[in-house]
Amino acid sequence: MRFMDDGIGLVQVGLRVNGEETRLDVEPRTLLVHALRDDLGLTGTKIGCDTSQCGACTVLVEGRAFKSCTLLAVRLAGAEVTTIEGLGDGRLLHPIQEAFAEHHGLQCGFCTPGMILATADLLDRDPDPDNEAIRRALAGNLCRCTGYQGILASVRAAAEASRTRS
Amino acid sequence: MIPAAFDYVRPDSLEEAFAELADPEAKAIAGGHSLLPMMKLRLARPSRLVDLAGLDLSGVAVDGGTIRIGALTTYDELLSPRNVAPLPGALCDAAAEVGDVQVRNAGTVGGALAHGDPASDFAAAVIAAGATLLLRSPEGDREVAVEAFFLGPFTTLLAQQELLVELRVPVPAAGEGSAYVAFADPASGYPLAGAAVCAGSDGRCMVGLTGIAAQPQRATVVEEAIGAGTDLGEALDTLGLMSLDGDPEYRRQLAIVAVERALDVARRRAES
Repeated sequence: MRFMDDGIGLVQVGLRVNGEETRLDVEPRTLLVHALRDDLGLTGTKIGCDTSQCGACTVLVEGRAFKSCTLLAVRLAGAEVTTIEGLGDGRLLHPIQEAFAEHHGLQCGFCTPGMILATADLLDRDPDPDNEAIRRALAGNLCRCTGYQGILASVRAAAEASRTRS
Repeated sequence: MIPAAFDYVRPDSLEEAFAELADPEAKAIAGGHSLLPMMKLRLARPSRLVDLAGLDLSGVAVDGGTIRIGALTTYDELLSPRNVAPLPGALCDAAAEVGDVQVRNAGTVGGALAHGDPASDFAAAVIAAGATLLLRSPEGDREVAVEAFFLGPFTTLLAQQELLVELRVPVPAAGEGSAYVAFADPASGYPLAGAAVCAGSDGRCMVGLTGIAAQPQRATVVEEAIGAGTDLGEALDTLGLMSLDGDPEYRRQLAIVAVERALDVARRRAES
């Protein structure tokens, strides 16, 4: 497959973002996090470190957690991307979001979208993770308000809520 | 940080990929979790990225006594419960040690080896497992031992138009056990010292080391020291230890302990 540019270096990429067919016109070097924030206005995805350390830019691609600062948007052609804006139904919070709000899983909130989406990946694999599994799953997400205990409690509560619901 | 501009192509076939890689400024991209950070820092500046994602190079299959791992298999796929291949314990330990969940979802086993990082967890494990690598180019195929693949920091045997397409790992023999133990830098997650040991039923073992020298390597002197019961530190000193950062003596000590612990776990696994 060859991606044709339009003469000024932009290529067209078709993908699904939060359930909607979306077309991006991006340079090949455009990082997914910038396409989401700057082109689509989805600023819930945060830029923390920009060096794939902090996890604030975590999004789901095909249901798995990825750091969108380390993905080229052009490589996402045909993929399904979910950002924090697409996790709930737009009216009600997702159970993971509810659990974070309820159990003090955040202070400033900057790391929270990434924490929540990494949690979504975890609970999809393991509906009943212990603390060690939660710590391991969130090792790529840094919280500088030192709210980790609240985050652990939030993930446990989200897991329980999800199990009760299903 | 945004990488410098480049052309992007996603070939549908290996032949097409080789043609695109003929340009010496072109670079292949697999999971991109080593290459993209380098491109963002301008440590790498390819004029063209050849995306390997369109090639059918992922998946794990058992073929007689060999486990064939497609180069584009991610760490996550390797560790997936759906993967029922009898992987050596050291490979699973090392794959689980790499980065974090997000990195393991993206990073590929072949990409990591081709990157040639002197502190690659996975490289040490595939060395101890006695794996070979299948390299393919327009000139044909060649199969090389992993320890011969690394030439120096970020330098491998791969020619410009050559791709690592498959890892070939022997199915562990009866009575064999292996393990990988690393001491990770708490900030970067990269191993300060990592050791993989494969202990055979005949008492012999194979040792792969990472993080302590210019490239991941097989350490036959350490294997001999284990067999003879002689000093591991003295054996390590013959390897040309190189401390990328931090105190060399501290790193040497970590390497000794990593070997001892990996050997201990490998032997226990061999018995169970």
